[in-house]
Amino acid sequence: MNLHTENLSVGYGKKVVVDQVELTLQPGQIVTLIGPNGAGKSTILKTITRQLDPVKGVVYLGEKQLSTWQEKEIAKELSVVMTHPVSPELMTCREVVSMGRYPYTGRMGNLTAQDNEQVEKALALVHGEDTADCWFHELSDGQKQRAMLARAICQQTEIMVLDEPTSYLDMRFKLDILKVIRTLAVEEKKAILMSLHELDLTQKISDLIICVDGNKISDIGTPEEIFTGNRIQKLYKIDEGCFDPETGAMFLSKEEKSPEVFVIGGGGAALPLYRKLSRKQIPFVAGILSENDVEYRVAKAGAQQVVAAKAFFPLGQEKLEAAKALLDSCKWCVGKVRDFGPGNMENQALLAYAKEKNKLISEEELWQR
Amino acid sequence: MKRYVGILSLALILLAGAVIFSICLGSVSMSPGEVFRILAAGGGKSTHAKILWEIRLPRVLAAVILGGGLSVSGFLLQTFFQNPIAGPYVLGISSGAKLFVAMTMIFLLDRGMMITSAGMVASAFVGSLMAMGFVLILSFRVKKMSMLVVCGILIGYICSAITDFFVTFAEDSNIVNLHNWSKGTFSGMGWEQVGMMSICILLCVAAAFFLSKPMGALQMGEAYALSLGVSVKRLRVALILLSSLLSATVTAFAGPISFVGIAVPHLMKLSMKTAKPLVLIPGSFVGGALLTLLCDDIARSLFAPTELSISSVTAVFLVPVVMVMMIRRRRTE
Repeated sequence: MNLHTENLSVGYGKKVVVDQVELTLQPGQIVTLIGPNGAGKSTILKTITRQLDPVKGVVYLGEKQLSTWQEKEIAKELSVVMTHPVSPELMTCREVVSMGRYPYTGRMGNLTAQDNEQVEKALALVHGEDTADCWFHELSDGQKQRAMLARAICQQTEIMVLDEPTSYLDMRFKLDILKVIRTLAVEEKKAILMSLHELDLTQKISDLIICVDGNKISDIGTPEEIFTGNRIQKLYKIDEGCFDPETGAMFLSKEEKSPEVFVIGGGGAALPLYRKLSRKQIPFVAGILSENDVEYRVAKAGAQQVVAAKAFFPLGQEKLEAAKALLDSCKWCVGKVRDFGPGNMENQALLAYAKEKNKLISEEELWQR
Repeated sequence: MKRYVGILSLALILLAGAVIFSICLGSVSMSPGEVFRILAAGGGKSTHAKILWEIRLPRVLAAVILGGGLSVSGFLLQTFFQNPIAGPYVLGISSGAKLFVAMTMIFLLDRGMMITSAGMVASAFVGSLMAMGFVLILSFRVKKMSMLVVCGILIGYICSAITDFFVTFAEDSNIVNLHNWSKGTFSGMGWEQVGMMSICILLCVAAAFFLSKPMGALQMGEAYALSLGVSVKRLRVALILLSSLLSATVTAFAGPISFVGIAVPHLMKLSMKTAKPLVLIPGSFVGGALLTLLCDDIARSLFAPTELSISSVTAVFLVPVVMVMMIRRRRTE
């Protein structure tokens, strides 16, 4: 079963939140919506799950318009997990999960042996067997969310819509849940449409990413296409240096000030110092690094300026002169390089220059001043 | 065996005992054996048989049926509003019913007519639907449930004020009936009334019972109910109609009875340790019947021959339950 939209505008009442939503969902595919808070991700998901009526346009489930389907039949094709855990009173976790069997049970909702088997299977899949007989309202948010996912799983639908399913979870459960979702897509060929806030995880799990930007869909593409250049930074309206699209790491933005400290680094030895300087908001510059040095990205994100040479090229005389000029404008210099060799001779020269200028101090001395 | 089967059986046995006890209880005391003999004979010519057959039995049955109906009504409202302190009395539904009963009663008496049971039920139903309608309109605007309950109470006050207005300008002889009615009492029930209320209430309770499955899904919240295939809009209309019909019937026959609708479903949930409608609808019915019957026994026998109003007894016993419930809920939130 696939799902696609035509000319869809979503919103509340007559007020359009996102215009021209064109999305297609194929079996076995994970499609993720990303975008800033309030951009309309949930509005799109709510429209597809019929909690909101489309302002304009149509949602198709299979060949038929969603609105012409019988409610009971939709429930066998499309299941939902939402951000906020519900807290129904006096229901055990297992009872909540078994609600997923609703479309298949008879008039009074009694579970058959086959229904129970599906419930147990779904519970096992999310590692929820231990808490199955606990009161649902006494579970932690993470356990609740896993139970809600299990409920959607035993609804046995081909399409699952998940609105920020990992929001309340700690790292382990985030990974756990996303792994389950991945398995569902790959092994059971389920089509999954979800929204996520964790960009690093989005990058790893999605087949297709849809960027929702306020009133429109600004970008659609594979993770490799979306996580390049400054597309993410533009989507979230942040400084380019605050996000690294390749690793998904985030950095706090720095203030533009004249640098006080010059850090001579390379090979990873200066990483803690960069972080500590950024944290204390002491403006610094770094050099001379090769662009493929492990320190490069962190230095780039934190330092006012980085003197860097192109990857796989020697640092070179030209960079040394630039570094010396920068060093002149700083009060102190800290050297964090452990070993010198043919690849960083220039740094050795730079260190000697700093000593000569009487600016070279150790890290301890720096913190004392 | 599941816990709730045990509790339900226990409640049924207690109810049977309470029915016998209540029939025996009164200024003319009878032994259970005598009661069984008269019941088996289907009445009789003796004074005792007449008292039993024409006064006590209808009254006891009325308390059982109306008490049960009232707490099922409360349970439906709590599911509808997803709020544990929703109930026909709190949401102003009883007051709306009272207003319309008062208006109809005075209007008809002015023209020299007595109000019939059917007329009472009809006007109470219209009144409770009106009050319910107001609360519903507000519920779409006011998202916070506690505010909604406050609104319900305010609607109750407005209805009472208008009722007072009518009463002030009505003739004294006309309002005696209304006064008796509005105190809330099971006295003076006849077989004709018992028959009518049984039909109304048992039909509604049966209908509610058959909505158990979608109601259970609604307890997960509207969005999830929708995703499970419940037609939420239709279910909501059905719930509101059934609960209004139930509380209207109760109010029409016995006057406003407070707190049974809120407290009993809660007590049953706690003792049965489940919130499943499939279990709680019968549970609430039996529990409500039992509690209301016992409260009525107290109301008529504590200061006999003077009768207390049923609401003053239910309030004394059930307000603490409601309070504990609210405090506990605050704590878990």
